[in-house]
Amino acid sequence: MCLAVPVRIVSIEGTNAEVEIGGVRRQVSLWLTPEARVGDYVLLHTGYAITVIDEAEAEQTLKLFEEMATIDEAH
Amino acid sequence: MKLIDEFRDVKLGKKLIAKIHQTSTKPVKLMEFCGGHTVAILKHGIRQLLPPTIEMLSGPGCPVCVTANADLDKAIALAKLPNVIITTFGDMMKVPGSYSSLQEAKAQGADVRIVYSVHDAVDIAAVNPQKSVVFLGIGFETTAPTIAASILEARQNGVRNFHVLSLLKLCPPVMKALLDLGEIELSGIVCPGHVSAIIGSHPYEFIPEQYKIACVISGFEPLDILLTVDMLIEQIERDKPTVEIAYRRGVKPEGNIHALKLIEQVFEADSANWRGIGAVTKSGLKIRKQYEHFDAEKVFPIVSAPVREAKGCLCGEILRGVKTPHDCKLFGQTCVPEHPVGPCMVSSEGACAAYFHFGASHE
Repeated sequence: MCLAVPVRIVSIEGTNAEVEIGGVRRQVSLWLTPEARVGDYVLLHTGYAITVIDEAEAEQTLKLFEEMATIDEAH
Repeated sequence: MKLIDEFRDVKLGKKLIAKIHQTSTKPVKLMEFCGGHTVAILKHGIRQLLPPTIEMLSGPGCPVCVTANADLDKAIALAKLPNVIITTFGDMMKVPGSYSSLQEAKAQGADVRIVYSVHDAVDIAAVNPQKSVVFLGIGFETTAPTIAASILEARQNGVRNFHVLSLLKLCPPVMKALLDLGEIELSGIVCPGHVSAIIGSHPYEFIPEQYKIACVISGFEPLDILLTVDMLIEQIERDKPTVEIAYRRGVKPEGNIHALKLIEQVFEADSANWRGIGAVTKSGLKIRKQYEHFDAEKVFPIVSAPVREAKGCLCGEILRGVKTPHDCKLFGQTCVPEHPVGPCMVSSEGACAAYFHFGASHE
């Protein structure tokens, strides 16, 4: 029910955007994320972008995983 | 796919599991509040990979499952009114109310349509001006702003035959109600990811402060969940419960302020009925007076027969985390996804459906 998936914004027209995921394109509403820009990844929930994904934070989390793995190997 | 595949890396997953095994010494019960997390945990076999010290319990975070029979009966009664088109998310179709389901009402001639988005319901209203279109507003804080936006959009575009039966519910108040029941001794909560994308992390702060329970907001990929469990175990082992965000790419501490403003503009907090828990103060959202024209409860006379509960169904206890689907005599026998007795077997994120599809072993 609260399912949301990351999609990339291809174009914006007014409060609507065309987004792409895995080669599939569809229209979504930007009513909840007026700050979203072309190229941003947003979390798509029932036709609405509910938040703009912070790609820098995604990188940080992945880096954290790598560091944890290295620490483990060092022990 | 970007932002999905990286968070399913098996090698890193194994490292995280090894770390959790090293850190965990105390026997703990963790609850994944959200049904989406229950599905992810069972689908990826995470329970079997955790040390025996960690017990994972499913919580009440499935909006379809927690909708009380009385509210389902209202929706079915609305579907039977003349010149009404009911629009709903697909999960609701098969959920049995006291006497029938929306699917049965549709078979008997009611106009019930599945939509992907509440936006589709506004579009249906716009092309059917001679009918009243009612959207069944089921969901948590994730879905609430989409429904608020649809009401504002319908008003802006003069679509006056669009109405919402608001059965929206709020997560932090029911977490408090669940903890106050005191039926389960929890050490940590895997907090919902997409609810938190809207509300942020602050609304959970009362949980470590008042109940000394660790809270970590999680994403839905296997590495997200393992990181969350690791962070919870670190908090518990150090005896320093707090609220942390593991799902930082999707959740900011302040949430989505714009979406929160839309919710506040259209809705106000009200008491709501939760299956298995009962009425919880300020745990629901009702449409504000200035938008009452869109409120199906105000527009239509809804009369439904006395509420009945399915005999033997343990959905209520399962939603509170005090029983598992395996404790239910109906599970997999008379209650299966094709013929569900309770909503937890219907919803794709219901605990019973998840146990049924992903074959969770007896624990």
